[in-house]
Amino acid sequence: MSYSRRDFFCRGLCLAALAVAGTVKRGRGAERRPGDLVPPKEASFWDSLENQRVVCKLCPKECKVDDLERGYCGVRENKEGKYYTHVYGAVCAAHTDPMEKKPFFHFLPGTNAFSIATAGCNMDCAFCQNWEISQIRPEQVESYYLLPDEVAETARRTQAKSIAYTYTEPVIFYEYMYDCAVASRSQGIRNVMVSNGYIQEKPLRKLCGVLDGIKVDLKSFRQKYYQEICAGDLKPVLDSLEIIHDEKVWCEIVYLIVPTLNDSEAEIDELCAWVAARLGSDVPLHFTRFHPQYRLKNLPSTPVSSLEMALEIAKNKGLHYVYLGNVPGHEAESTRCPACKEIVVKRIGFTVLEQSIRAGKCAHCGNPIPGVWS
Amino acid sequence: MRRRRFLTKGITILAAGKICSVQAQNTAQGIGISRVVMARDSSYNKVGKAPDEKTAGEMISRILRELSGAGDLKESWREILGQAKVVGLKPNCLSRTGVSSSPAFVYSLARQILDNNSNVEKIVIWERSDSDLRKAGFEISSTGRIWCQGNDSAGYHEDLIVEGSVGSFVSRFVMDVCDALINLPVFKDHGIVGLSVGLKNYFGAVHNPNKYHLNRGDPYVADLNRLPAIRKKNVLTLCEAFTAQYEGGPPFKPQWSWPAGLVLASRDPVALDSVCWRMIEEKRAAQGLMSLSRAGREPSYILTAADSAHRLGRADLKKIKEVVLS
Repeated sequence: MSYSRRDFFCRGLCLAALAVAGTVKRGRGAERRPGDLVPPKEASFWDSLENQRVVCKLCPKECKVDDLERGYCGVRENKEGKYYTHVYGAVCAAHTDPMEKKPFFHFLPGTNAFSIATAGCNMDCAFCQNWEISQIRPEQVESYYLLPDEVAETARRTQAKSIAYTYTEPVIFYEYMYDCAVASRSQGIRNVMVSNGYIQEKPLRKLCGVLDGIKVDLKSFRQKYYQEICAGDLKPVLDSLEIIHDEKVWCEIVYLIVPTLNDSEAEIDELCAWVAARLGSDVPLHFTRFHPQYRLKNLPSTPVSSLEMALEIAKNKGLHYVYLGNVPGHEAESTRCPACKEIVVKRIGFTVLEQSIRAGKCAHCGNPIPGVWS
Repeated sequence: MRRRRFLTKGITILAAGKICSVQAQNTAQGIGISRVVMARDSSYNKVGKAPDEKTAGEMISRILRELSGAGDLKESWREILGQAKVVGLKPNCLSRTGVSSSPAFVYSLARQILDNNSNVEKIVIWERSDSDLRKAGFEISSTGRIWCQGNDSAGYHEDLIVEGSVGSFVSRFVMDVCDALINLPVFKDHGIVGLSVGLKNYFGAVHNPNKYHLNRGDPYVADLNRLPAIRKKNVLTLCEAFTAQYEGGPPFKPQWSWPAGLVLASRDPVALDSVCWRMIEEKRAAQGLMSLSRAGREPSYILTAADSAHRLGRADLKKIKEVVLS
């Protein structure tokens, strides 16, 4: 299937409609200035402790939070012994993006995802490219109050095939994401999450019931890196990947290669071996290029040679679908059939130029290509 | 006297004067010794009650004179504040009332500074948010000589400031507006980091304090206080401890508070925290509670603040002289 002029115009019009007509700002979605908070909603996944303390059970940090205080994520607050989320409906970023930007390469290629985020995150990665919304509290950013049915309606009007919960860390706006997914599924809209995978098992399994795809940013294969660079932990993320695999939700993995910090051959070798053994050879693995950001402006961009080294290691470990990200025009942006080696999805950057997949199979040799193609 | 001898003698006298002045300063501070001065209002007897403004003012005056070694209040404030024109006061209003900074104490201090230091043109009482200030009984104002405003309305410095483990937007008051800062913490424990007194009080200066409670705030609290703007501008820590709390903090828990009736001050922010840590542990032991360390929340950030990488002050109680004013 080639990318026609008609497809181009449709996509362009949708994007223009969103940007110019300000689709997000219409409807009941009221603008919230910095300083305003949306009405708090009782959070899910928490328990009471003594003396009006609570323990959050959403992510592995398991914050113990006193009255008047917030958890690490900055968006969930204890008020007199009950735990609330301050971001239910508080959208601080909303765009229509190509699915390839997430990146999802085996999920409805060439379609748009209506992408939303609230403020907050349960990690603090020193290289975060969205730190200006992930590392702040919700009252510190302008946002729109959009309830789940409005999100679904907006996605429908922009002709997006999916809603993507992304940019910041969707785990921390769990309740909102879940309800948006339920509202949009009833309209035939898919739902994908772009996440650090740092979530406890119970909420993750529940979420898998309403999501169609999850892309996990696996930051490193070393606990030390997770602790020192990301304020997180490795094991819970690996556990999440196995749970997602077990729940049979489509999954892709991104590994951002940061020079000198997580780019050793040994580490990448171990990572690829683990993916092949525990998740299988068909899980797409994206190695993406780091650019200096946030608190890591002292490091250079990742050399393309490092990415290509990782690519070779992954292929040698038997992984079938390995891509390079943030290197527009590189051959490894396209999908090849592992059987006949023909290109089945040709890409440049976020644009799909050609697609040769019929009913989930390579159009050249009939080999099944895993993914969500329609 | 021949001219040469006169000049020589004159220079010697001048040099001696300078050395005496330096020695006086060193004695007041003590070479290798930090001083924590405290005064008590023995009539203060009710937990959570706002202090009397006049009494608070008198206690502050006595402490200042002792701390600065100066003869009078004007000289004391000149010594402490130097040529500062805009002085920032950072109270702690998180728990609203009870174990929060009281307007009586803070305004008493503000007026005392303005009355006794003609260099100072403006006082800025600042906190994390307008709503925190209001809930503690302060009135928001950005006119006149005493301002009172939260960072949420006044804004943060435009650049991200990175110092060790800390990467934050920092209050405009700290970075751009104030020449000198006086830290006005309260005296309470903290459910995660162990202690919430002076060093922790500057969490209110940044936009993302929720990110800095891991590992009991260590090394985040120390790194935050090492930010050049805080380190250089913080001239005094003045802890309002009329009501003090040893368990259940940061929210106010009257059942675990006592009417200490104290004001503590030091020019060494680490020394003040160290002394408060000792006092809280003593109180906890007297009440049959385990130590903060055994409770898993030892405020080790105080020790980190004193280490060779930070050098923010002295944590070793043997190098701290506690002066209790009668």
